[in-house]
Amino acid sequence: MNLFDIIGPVMVGPSSSHTAGAVKIGYVTRKLMGEPIASAKILLHGSFLATGKGHGTHFAIVAGLLGMKPDDSRIPESIELAKAEGMQVEFGKIDLGERHPNSVELILEGVNGRTLTVIGESIGGSVINIASVDGLEANFSGDYPTLIVHNLDQPGHVAEVTSMLAHKSVNIATMQLYRASRGGNAVMVIECDQEVPQESIRWLEHLEGVEKVTYYSLEGDAKS
Amino acid sequence: MSYSKLSEIVEVSKAQEIPFWEVVLQEDMRERNVTKEESMKMMRSMYEAMQQADKNYNPKLKSASGLAGGDGAKLEKFRMNENRLVGDFLAQVMEKAVKMGESNACMRRIVAMPTAGSCGVIPAVLLTYQEQKNVPDERIVEALYVAGGIGEVIAASASISGAEGGCQAEIGSASAMAAGAVAFLEAGNNEEIVHAAAFALKNMLGLTCDPVAGLVEVPCIKRNISGAVNAVISSQLALSGVRSAIEPDEVIASMKRIGKLIPACLRETGQDGLAATESAKKVEERMRQDF
Repeated sequence: MNLFDIIGPVMVGPSSSHTAGAVKIGYVTRKLMGEPIASAKILLHGSFLATGKGHGTHFAIVAGLLGMKPDDSRIPESIELAKAEGMQVEFGKIDLGERHPNSVELILEGVNGRTLTVIGESIGGSVINIASVDGLEANFSGDYPTLIVHNLDQPGHVAEVTSMLAHKSVNIATMQLYRASRGGNAVMVIECDQEVPQESIRWLEHLEGVEKVTYYSLEGDAKS
Repeated sequence: MSYSKLSEIVEVSKAQEIPFWEVVLQEDMRERNVTKEESMKMMRSMYEAMQQADKNYNPKLKSASGLAGGDGAKLEKFRMNENRLVGDFLAQVMEKAVKMGESNACMRRIVAMPTAGSCGVIPAVLLTYQEQKNVPDERIVEALYVAGGIGEVIAASASISGAEGGCQAEIGSASAMAAGAVAFLEAGNNEEIVHAAAFALKNMLGLTCDPVAGLVEVPCIKRNISGAVNAVISSQLALSGVRSAIEPDEVIASMKRIGKLIPACLRETGQDGLAATESAKKVEERMRQDF
């Protein structure tokens, strides 16, 4: 914890976990989407479901999906703003089992037809964890540029991705691998110290055996 | 933060012959790899955000539960009443603490320090101090480093989370931070700063976190008042020469142990205490959401 975790952050209340963290989940998800969101199904779990109404969790998540940050004073008007922008929003409840009590599943469709499903957890303070992307485990915080590659569980894909990163002088901070089953769907989640160039992401998308590439960029964010 | 004890900050301050606040500043420069100007600019922006939040208080707002809103205006009016009980300084501290807590509950922009639930304590004390004593912003910014250093030590060696340590960890920590900051502003020495913090925290030990319907409203908002007023009286106590019989770092260590002993039903789970009352149940029923 640094000094400005104690004196700060500046945020819209009332709760760092149920409001600020919820905005951040929406914000990171919006960036993962890479395009404006046309429709969002927001399924609340646990404490988000039980106490979300009083904490403005709904407004917070929608604000994040619109690209707002936790200190944006328009957060309480986010649902109206979404309507004005033509973003369809639907709320519901879900039981995500053992997930953190402050969790939400977001099922999204972008204006260009891209789809994305994310489970986000607000794990304390305003720290978050993106626990799953498109049904596969992920676990990243949104504090680093993050590359998520869904591929078939075949030899060589990790090498292709990491060689590309080495070639572009991108250092890997953390790396996780998951698979649904042997030879089935697999995912690698790579948190990086530098941004991954757009053309490299497009190059990855065209590799055989790579099914989807999702990228979370910190570009445009103020350094804190 | 590499300091987990207040005594370490005091030692460095003595060895390097720099004030308490500057030890905290230098640690921030080292930890985040920033210049003095960058660190102080950030701290100034925090103080500006507090000033804005105080100025933007809207007495017409109500929280989603309907429990919070409007009390700040009542206190403001009563402060002008010659029949009020306490002096103008404490009356204004009370008013500002509740205003900030209400703004937070009503989804306005605040500064979490150390948490959103305790966001009223430090601004109430420092904004009032500046208004009443007419000191420049720079001095208040230095006081915020003092508060931040105390908060960092508490976070490192105990807790600032209600779910972990109860309300003593949130309002209690904020109160200790504010007490040290005021002692500094009143030209207190390092010993007076840390003993002011110790007095404030001692008065808050054992405080549970049992908010109604899980919301940051009841009892949190008004507890910001008691944390803020407690900070002022703890400062006065230390500045008068009274010393805590228990070493300040030992008080912090006690807070941690007490936090672990507070049962989970009284640590932000909404299961017992005020949250389990008839009145609370009614609010909870009203707030249940349907899809």
